[in-house]
This record gives sequence, C-alpha cells and structure tokens, in this order.
Amino acid sequence: MTISQPVTLAPAERAISMLGGDLTERALRLHLEGLSGVDAVGLEQRAADLGTRSIKTTSKAWALDRIIQLIDLTTLEGADTGGKVRSLVAKALTPDPSDPGTPRVAAVCVYGDMVPFAVDALASANAPHAVNIAAVATAFPSGRASLRVKLADTADAVAAGADEIDMVIDRGAFLSGRYGEVFDEIVAVKEACRREDGTYAHLKVILETGELNTYDNVRRASWLGILAGGDFIKTSTGKVAPAATLPVTLLMLEAVRDWHRLTGERIGVKPAGGIRTSKDAIKYLVTVAETVGEEWLTPQLFRFGASSLLNDVLLQRQKLTSGHYSGPDYVTVD
Amino acid sequence: MTRLAVPKTYKLYIGGKFPRSESGRTYEVVSSKGAFLANAAKASRKDARDAVVAARAAQAGWSSATGYNRGQVLYRIAELLEGRRAQFVEEIAAAEGVSAAAASRQIDAAIDVWVWYAGWADKYVQVAGNGNPVSGPYFNLSTPEPTGVVASIAPQGSSLLGLVSVIAPVILSGNTIVVIASEPYPLSAISLSEVLATSDVPGGVINILTGSAAEIAPWLASHADVNALDLTGAEALEWIDLQISAADTLKRVLAPVSGVPAATLDRIVAFTETKTVWHTKSLI
Repeated sequence: MTISQPVTLAPAERAISMLGGDLTERALRLHLEGLSGVDAVGLEQRAADLGTRSIKTTSKAWALDRIIQLIDLTTLEGADTGGKVRSLVAKALTPDPSDPGTPRVAAVCVYGDMVPFAVDALASANAPHAVNIAAVATAFPSGRASLRVKLADTADAVAAGADEIDMVIDRGAFLSGRYGEVFDEIVAVKEACRREDGTYAHLKVILETGELNTYDNVRRASWLGILAGGDFIKTSTGKVAPAATLPVTLLMLEAVRDWHRLTGERIGVKPAGGIRTSKDAIKYLVTVAETVGEEWLTPQLFRFGASSLLNDVLLQRQKLTSGHYSGPDYVTVD
Repeated sequence: MTRLAVPKTYKLYIGGKFPRSESGRTYEVVSSKGAFLANAAKASRKDARDAVVAARAAQAGWSSATGYNRGQVLYRIAELLEGRRAQFVEEIAAAEGVSAAAASRQIDAAIDVWVWYAGWADKYVQVAGNGNPVSGPYFNLSTPEPTGVVASIAPQGSSLLGLVSVIAPVILSGNTIVVIASEPYPLSAISLSEVLATSDVPGGVINILTGSAAEIAPWLASHADVNALDLTGAEALEWIDLQISAADTLKRVLAPVSGVPAATLDRIVAFTETKTVWHTKSLI
C-alpha cells in the first residue's frame, strides 16, 4: 500500500524520540518494515535450548515462589460472576491456606465490568492494593468495535479502580498494513488510562500473536506497541490458539532488550494463555533471565497470564515442602 | 548366513502408552539359570508420579461405565490372553525355569482368575450392597463404589498369575491402578500390557511399572492422590513403614500375603467405599 500524502500520527513521546519530530505514518512504516527479518529456525532452536535447563532443589523452590509472584490470576469467561471474582481475589491473597508463607500473586485479571467486585473483595479482606487489579478492555478479545466504544470501555475500567489495562490491538488493521491506525489507537487508549489525579493505569498491549501469522509480524507489532507507549507487551488473549509460545515470547523479549539498549527504558512482557505447568513456567523464567536479564523477573516487568498454572505451582510447592507428592484434592477447584 | 536377532525392548505401560523410564535406567532380567533374557525398564519415582496422573485422569470415565460394560471389557482381555498363550508360555518357562506344561498351567489359572473376576463386575454391588432396616418411612441403601486410584505391589514370585490376581479385583469395580510388577519376573507384565493396549480398556486404567518395588513403593504410599495401597507382594519390603506413610492421607491398605492371593469377593470390596442413601417411601 502506498501512502499518497504524509499522514500525521498522534504525538507519542517514544515514537518522536525514535523517529523524529515529524511523526508520520510513512516514517512509522519505514521503521517497522526496516526491522531485520526474524531467523525463524535460529529463534526456535534458541527457545528449545533454553527449555532444556535443569532447575532443581533450592533453585526450583526460588523459581516456584517467583512464578507465583509473577502471575496475573485470570478469569475471563462469559459466565463470570461477582462471586467467582471474589473467590479469585481470595485465592490471589492466600494462594495456599495450608502454608501462610506462600507469596501473593501480582494481580487478578478480569473483565472491566467485574472490576468493582474485585475492588470490593480486596477492601473487605482489609487488603486494598495488596494485589493489583487488571482489566481487559477495548472490546476484548476480538477488538472489533469502534474507537469510541474502546475508549469508553477503557475509561470505565480505570474509573472503577483498575490498576492495569490489558488492551488488544486491531489485528485486522495491522495485517492490512494500516500501522498508523493501530498506533493512534494505542496512543488514544493510553490517554484513556489517565486517572483524575493525572496518574496513569498501567497499559499492557496484547498483540494476539496467534493471529499475526509470522515472526516478522510479531517483531513489528512488538515495536509498534512499544513506540506507541505500552508499558507491557503481551502475547495473547488466551482465546486464540496458539496462545503464548516460548519462541514468540523470546522474540518479544528481544524487542524489549533492544529497546532497553537504545533508550535505557524497561518495558514489560507478559506471556498469556497455554502456560499450565510449573515446568513450562520455569522455561519462561530461564528465557527471561538469559535474554533481558534477571532484573526483569519482577512483577513490574514480567507477568504470566494464567488461570490453572497457580494450582500446579502450589502442588509442586507442597511436594517440595512435605517431601511427598500432593494431589488436586489439596488445592482449590477453580 | 546367520540372521541378526531382533530382541524386544521392554518398556513401561503408562496412560496407554509405552514410555521408557524417565530416568533412562534399565536392569537385566535373567533366567532361573542366570542367563541373560532382556533389559527391562527400571521405573523411577517420576514414572510412578506420571502413572498416578494417568490413572487419575482415567478414573472418572472408567468408573462411570456400567458394570456390565466393564465386565465385557475384561472378558475381551481374557480372550486376547488366550491368543497370546504361546508367547507367555515361552516367557514364563524361561524366567521361572519351569516346564512348558507348568507355564501353561499358570496361564490357564491366570485367565480363569481374570474371567472369574470379570463376572463380578456387574454383580458385586448387588452382593456387597445392602438394604438397611431403619425406623421411619425411608429406604436406606448402602452400595459399594470404587475408591479411586489404587497403587499395588504384585506378588514377587509369580510372572502372570500373581499380577492378574491383583489387577483384576481392583479395576473391575471402576478403580484405576498403578501396579509394580514382580522385580525378577517383569517380562510377562509388559507382554500383558501389550494385550491391554490392543483391548478395549481405556489408556490409564491399568498402568504397569517394572523395577524396584523397594524404591518406588514409598513414593506411592505417601502420594496424596492415591486412594488405596495394595501391599500384596510387599512381604519382603519394610511394609509397616509403607502403612505408616499411607496413614497420613487415610489410604485403604491391604496387608501382604504369601504367594499368589486367592480370588475372593473380599479383595473386590477392599477397594470400595460404602455409599449410603436415604430415600423416601413416598408413594405409600
């Protein structure tokens, strides 16, 4: 698609510093399409190698606790109720009642209209802000709605008390090559994350890599999300297969690493969907530590979007503590 | 020109598949005269863990089948055992050092025990269940239901008869089983799993581990997702310790016996829980 005349984009700070003051769709396109292509075989080989590390005993105990601290405990079902969100919050605060030493998860992740229930549940547990509340917004998971609706969706969730917003990009526009449209939308949603006191809710940009088809697209979308002002880039909604994979997460971590080298600024990464076992999650920890460094293994910079992962981690944790294998009867039914 | 022999790789049977031991270990199986017969997989605690996961996953489906259906599945296994008779005769004769006739008698006995237990699948509830007399206008009915996942140690001195004598009574009621085969005679156990894999019994209902019972049994005894422990072949082990660790999670425990256990209804009922329901006599 050729651009007949320069279209000016919303003035996002990062993009201006990277692409120059004259921020046009053409400049953005040249930048994104000028990114080097991804060596798919090398990427998959590297991810597979990182997945073979053996993490045992004290390292494993450390990894399990850290995984819990990095989890966005998620429920995103059409059948979600206030009661379900309350029990999710209870579990987030006390993941394993048989061991009060178990750390808390980073956040609960719910639909925007469920945020008031989560706020209420945290308040009644006398633990406001003990865990963050993340809300999915912008017509999650498809993102097929008008910009007006998406912005209202975001602003509502922020007003209700969401600490973090998980937005989806418009994959249709991205795949049609309308990068500027996607860019402007992220900038606008970021602005909608602004609270009355001038602070901003954290913005996670969901690329939905399962629909982007190629690694090159994932790399472009990662840069696009970072340039437009995302605090986090997130792999998937969890509603599309394949969801998070190790190679895709590695690729996004590389984009984050490159951005950090260029600007010194740290962007977060959140793989979501399909990570169900401690073993898988530990592979991600290794990949993060080896790609961007161990300082990324904090809830500010890395998260797991997961629902069933927590129970598996708790079972492993019980095994390490007690010395015998535990069973699903010893964790909650979600 | 001499032909190069193609020996069989004996592996484990977990979740309907034939994996090698996660540990990569094997041990040598020798004949009664000390001659090398085969390498068998030496299961580790992680193989036992995987087997329990497979058994747990299969339990709901297997126990929700009707007793009649489970019985038919078991009969079919007996039919397939008949078809493999020659292979079992050869393996048992070599391993135990008995004559072909004696090996054949063991297979006869094994198939007969299997068929005997298969017959109970749709009958044990009627025989072991009860209508209880209560005061008040109620029917009060007690019925046995499968307890869940059972870990068993097969008799060590028998290739096939001992093994089927512990498997059949456990699974017919709807339990699933993780069984540690005889350590000196594991080959027929793996051949039995080849029969199971081609029969109608769902993967994961019967899981067979070969290797050292002394090494694996403590992990199964303390495993929180195992509901019962059958110590039939554990006579030579520190089985009191196994009982003690099983008590931590309130498992049902069946004590060791010498040799091959007799086929009895008690063995079936030992791995069941009693459900009692009250029902109004409303239409009087």
